[in-house]
Amino acid sequence: MAQIRIENLRKEFGAFTAVRSSSFTIEDGEFFMLLGPSGCGKTTTLRMMAGLELPTSGHIYIDGEEVSQKRASQRDIAFVFQMFALYPHMNVRKNISYPLVSQGMSRADVRRKVAEVAKILRIEDILERPVGGLSGGDRQRVALGRAIVREPKAFFMDEPLGALDAEFREHMAEELRALHDRMGATTVYVTHDQLEAMQMGDKIVVMNHGVVEQFGVPQQIYDWPATKYVAEFIGTPPMNFLDFEGTVPNGATQVALGEAVFAVPEQLTGAQGALTLGVRPEHVTLSDAAPYRAEVLAQEYLGTTQIITLRTRHGLLKARIASDLPVRLGEVTGVLLDARKLTVFDATTGRALVSKGNQEALRHG
Amino acid sequence: MSSYSVTHPSLRQKWFAGVIVVAYALITLMPLIWIVATGFKSPSDAIAYPPKVVFEPTLEGYVNLFTTRTRLSPEALAAAGPAQTWYDEIVRQYDMVISGPSRYGERFFNSVIIGFGSTFLSIFLGTLAAYGFSRFRVPLKDDLLFFILSTRMMPPVAVAIPIFLMFREVGLSDTHLGMILLYTAVNLSLSVWLLKGFIDEIPVEYEEAALIDGYTRFQAFYKVVLPQAATGIASTAIFCLIFAWNEYAFAVLLTSGTAQTAPPFIPTIIGVGKDWPAVAAGATLFLVPVMVFTVLLRKHLLRGITFGAVRK
Repeated sequence: MAQIRIENLRKEFGAFTAVRSSSFTIEDGEFFMLLGPSGCGKTTTLRMMAGLELPTSGHIYIDGEEVSQKRASQRDIAFVFQMFALYPHMNVRKNISYPLVSQGMSRADVRRKVAEVAKILRIEDILERPVGGLSGGDRQRVALGRAIVREPKAFFMDEPLGALDAEFREHMAEELRALHDRMGATTVYVTHDQLEAMQMGDKIVVMNHGVVEQFGVPQQIYDWPATKYVAEFIGTPPMNFLDFEGTVPNGATQVALGEAVFAVPEQLTGAQGALTLGVRPEHVTLSDAAPYRAEVLAQEYLGTTQIITLRTRHGLLKARIASDLPVRLGEVTGVLLDARKLTVFDATTGRALVSKGNQEALRHG
Repeated sequence: MSSYSVTHPSLRQKWFAGVIVVAYALITLMPLIWIVATGFKSPSDAIAYPPKVVFEPTLEGYVNLFTTRTRLSPEALAAAGPAQTWYDEIVRQYDMVISGPSRYGERFFNSVIIGFGSTFLSIFLGTLAAYGFSRFRVPLKDDLLFFILSTRMMPPVAVAIPIFLMFREVGLSDTHLGMILLYTAVNLSLSVWLLKGFIDEIPVEYEEAALIDGYTRFQAFYKVVLPQAATGIASTAIFCLIFAWNEYAFAVLLTSGTAQTAPPFIPTIIGVGKDWPAVAAGATLFLVPVMVFTVLLRKHLLRGITFGAVRK
């Protein structure tokens, strides 16, 4: 069990830079999500931590020990691959025993450890089966078994649920999280699925184009995105952006979009020029009396809530409201934004302006 | 009205398909059947015209294949006493006695050593090279692979003269080692390319899992990659063995005494009295090892041929 620290990690493949300069710290026992779209460098970062790739520069500390140039086998970690990588020519028991055999553990001890792990994962009845005929979920469990049997310092998982059916994925995600809570081992988990990341993670790193965009607990990242990229990547539907030209002085508590004025958390940095006001759909409410007018363009029914698409003078706006509120297409209505949850972005850099609301969340970078 | 089905042929379709398969098998097997049959004919039956399909089988060809014989005068023959064994009996019909074994046994044994030796070496080196090309960032990889393949773009015999001179210079002419090296060199390009294809198909995650599980690169290769490449190795081995086993031109040119293989030897039997049954017997026996080897590995071979055709 260990803390993992990444400092200025960089990886180049020839002319292509996969990871630019990543720094973050994973605390002991955390379930840590590396989140981003494909090609963002999250898998490369994980592979460098595991020792499957050597970084071009930068440092990796596992349990205080610098390991960036060490072999994978010397790092005492376990890796769960997306396609599980169960050895196809061995049965379940041999697969799980394999990491122990390499350490020269006695046969009796191996049997005992495998039995323990099989019990935890409830796969005792398939131990003698070949891995070829197993269901996706059982393969997943065997892959986990092979990882936990050695009691490594940390678990690294590269989209381990990606190969499962959607239906089963939900179940496995819960199982995985429960297993983590039970073992308390530091886990680093790569995914491109933001829901999975928020559902399972203690902390999330959002990466894009080889750069860490934001690092923090799921709720902070959701409520207070550090960049427009994060705001769009996380949340379904994503955060709404209302583009405007204007000035936000230091200490401002409201922003003006033309004649419409919205209260915002107290701004701690001023900015002017092209700006964007960001608001989550659930922080938009419809009110006939409100001065900011919008026309209802579309309506999506989602059961408990509905998503209303509105046309405003500053772009489209999606609102998540209770599904029993009557809304008619083409109707013009007023819109209110929840003043406590708004973020102002600099539209050119894409970065959020620091306010009383998000300063806590942005402190991590 | 019967409906048309792709997966359930009608009886008539089955019959039609069966007839075609049997006819094709007969056509392709005819030369083989003829050779095997000729091996059991007497010399006169073998050259009878019209050709004899029904004949009285005899082991004369096989006896002649394995022995050298001397013709004796009637007095000497009488002095030699009655025939001691069944094969003695056969040669006595022609007023001859067996004077010793022929060289077929040695030649056959040479073929075994050279054929299997070069196959082993081709596979051993080919697997290592293919693994390297498949897994590592080798500088100029594509060019190197092309060079390797380009050695097969002309018939190997095109370079027979330089090889003959080189072998003579370094003392490899007419040696087992020389022939093994030569056949390995010719087969290596085939084995590197075939095996690289097979190894490319094995996901690299298996080795990475093994590396993380605490194994060295070589252990990962040996314990994880090799078992999964077994199919590819088996089918490549068959191709290599068939080439080395049947090779004729280099064998004629580079071997004569000690390392001569069976292919150049078998036709020389003919020189002794147009002995077609002995030639046929030699060819028949010569088929056996490759056939056994192929049958043993045939389930791998089938996968090897259709390899890559269907995504798993």
